[in-house]
Amino acid sequence: MKILVSAKRVSDPNAKLAIAKDGKWIEGDVEYILNPFCENAIECALQIAEANEGTETVAIGIGDDETARFIRQGALARGIDRGILVSAEEASIDSDLIARIYQGVVHREKPDIVLLGKQAIDGDSNQVGQLLAEYLGWPQATFASKVEVSGNKAIVTREVDGGLETLEVSLPCVITADLRLNEPRFASLAGIMKAKKKPFDELEIDDLDLEDTDTKVQIVGLSTPSGRKAGVIVKDVTELVQKLRSEARAI
Amino acid sequence: MSKVLILAEHDKGALKKVTLNTLAFARQYVAKFGGSYDFAVLGHNVAGVAEALRGYGAGAVHLADHADLQHPIASAWAKVLADLAKSIGADMVVAPATTTGKDVLPRTAVRLGAGMASDIIALTDSGAFARPMWAGNLTGNVKISTANKVISVRASAFDAAEATGGQSPVVAFAADPALASSRVKFVSFDGVQSTRPDLAEAATIVSGGRGLKDRFYAVTEPLADVLGAAIGATRAAVDDGYAPNDLQIGQTGKVVAPQLYFAIAMSGAVQHLAGMKNSKVIVAINKNPDEPIFKVADYGLIADAFVAVPELTAQIKALRG
Repeated sequence: MKILVSAKRVSDPNAKLAIAKDGKWIEGDVEYILNPFCENAIECALQIAEANEGTETVAIGIGDDETARFIRQGALARGIDRGILVSAEEASIDSDLIARIYQGVVHREKPDIVLLGKQAIDGDSNQVGQLLAEYLGWPQATFASKVEVSGNKAIVTREVDGGLETLEVSLPCVITADLRLNEPRFASLAGIMKAKKKPFDELEIDDLDLEDTDTKVQIVGLSTPSGRKAGVIVKDVTELVQKLRSEARAI
Repeated sequence: MSKVLILAEHDKGALKKVTLNTLAFARQYVAKFGGSYDFAVLGHNVAGVAEALRGYGAGAVHLADHADLQHPIASAWAKVLADLAKSIGADMVVAPATTTGKDVLPRTAVRLGAGMASDIIALTDSGAFARPMWAGNLTGNVKISTANKVISVRASAFDAAEATGGQSPVVAFAADPALASSRVKFVSFDGVQSTRPDLAEAATIVSGGRGLKDRFYAVTEPLADVLGAAIGATRAAVDDGYAPNDLQIGQTGKVVAPQLYFAIAMSGAVQHLAGMKNSKVIVAINKNPDEPIFKVADYGLIADAFVAVPELTAQIKALRG
């Protein structure tokens, strides 16, 4: 079996962000982390590989040298077998083009399962896994909180509104990871040392035979959302109840 | 002139209110750019949902009733939705950004050659769509450059549309879900058994953070009981195992906008604020006055939640007799 798993870097959501002068991306001294949902996807790939001998795991990222560092440290150091970087400028691609780049890599690698984070916490679109599945004509199981692979099937429990849904999907398939899927492991020192020597391919978009590299959605302006104003501090519970009752008319 | 197709969200034959929030977006869009809107109702034995939508001014309510559409399997639903959009000449497909909408719409977009914008909170005069990005830290205005467009709508950002009277025709659509060839099988659904209101539709939400530790329910439940409220949680509380994930409110969890929101023993991380800052009245209770949650709260109480919340519960209970 072969599993392709995403390793996307994202800016740290707790760090301060500066909007670039053209208003279309962020700039400056941005601190990056591995997308948390990709960490769940990577952990899931490793667990499937551990339970199914002979499974090969491949991490893919789209970006520059910095992204390559995240593929090595976030995926290979944790135990993923090899890495692929597709060179592209993150600010100039949309979810649709990312899905088509993945599709190109899937055609080269022919994995049985593509495991992605359910969403990247920078673009926050929650689209790539679903787009990819449709481009490939594959079944999908998004927002997974439990994945069991047996034979050529995966039984996936999904976090949906109002409860948990379980689907059985035939391989090859696309699975996207939700928060509760697992506890991502830390990379060991030995893992970090080994990661440096693991196979690593660098591809250009041109290598992937895409029909075009046009985007369908473009950011035309970023702004800081107008915040709420702080209200009043009440001195005790009695004052809170009184204000909620007579001023806010909320209880 | 646009023709907008709105995918109705329902639960076992009952229309969900988020459909009407989504309708509000569609009405805004056609008011600005011209055109009309239709509804799409997908499922099995869901004629009642179509009937419930007849009074909302749509050109038509399209009913795709098929045994293979009983569960919202993304590949099957996306195919039928795209087939329907093509057959009626719709150039925009819209659905609420629920887990069903998120699952189905991107596949629909591929079938229509459309660009998709997720989780829209506003529409600009130039036709750009505003959406929260970077965990809610930034708002992005995005343009879709394809002729066909697919949009998921953040329901909490739009007030539910009112009925306008009239009787839209219900039109049966001969759906071909092709589920048999989609290599997916529905196994089971394990619904949350709760007597509380749904988070997305609750008028009041009592939400707890990591600070409540293993007394999460001991603190939040009695207050939620006296208020008839839903219970929510922060990602930190979920991460630490104090609350289940389906209670998680935030940019990557549920997005809510109740009349009254109690934020208890939480710091107010940006990604949580992104999921609740449209609430009408926010009350924060935390013993640390420096927490950012106080910057968005209408009423802040600097107090130990373990003491203050039971007292609050008792006082509200007394008020209500």
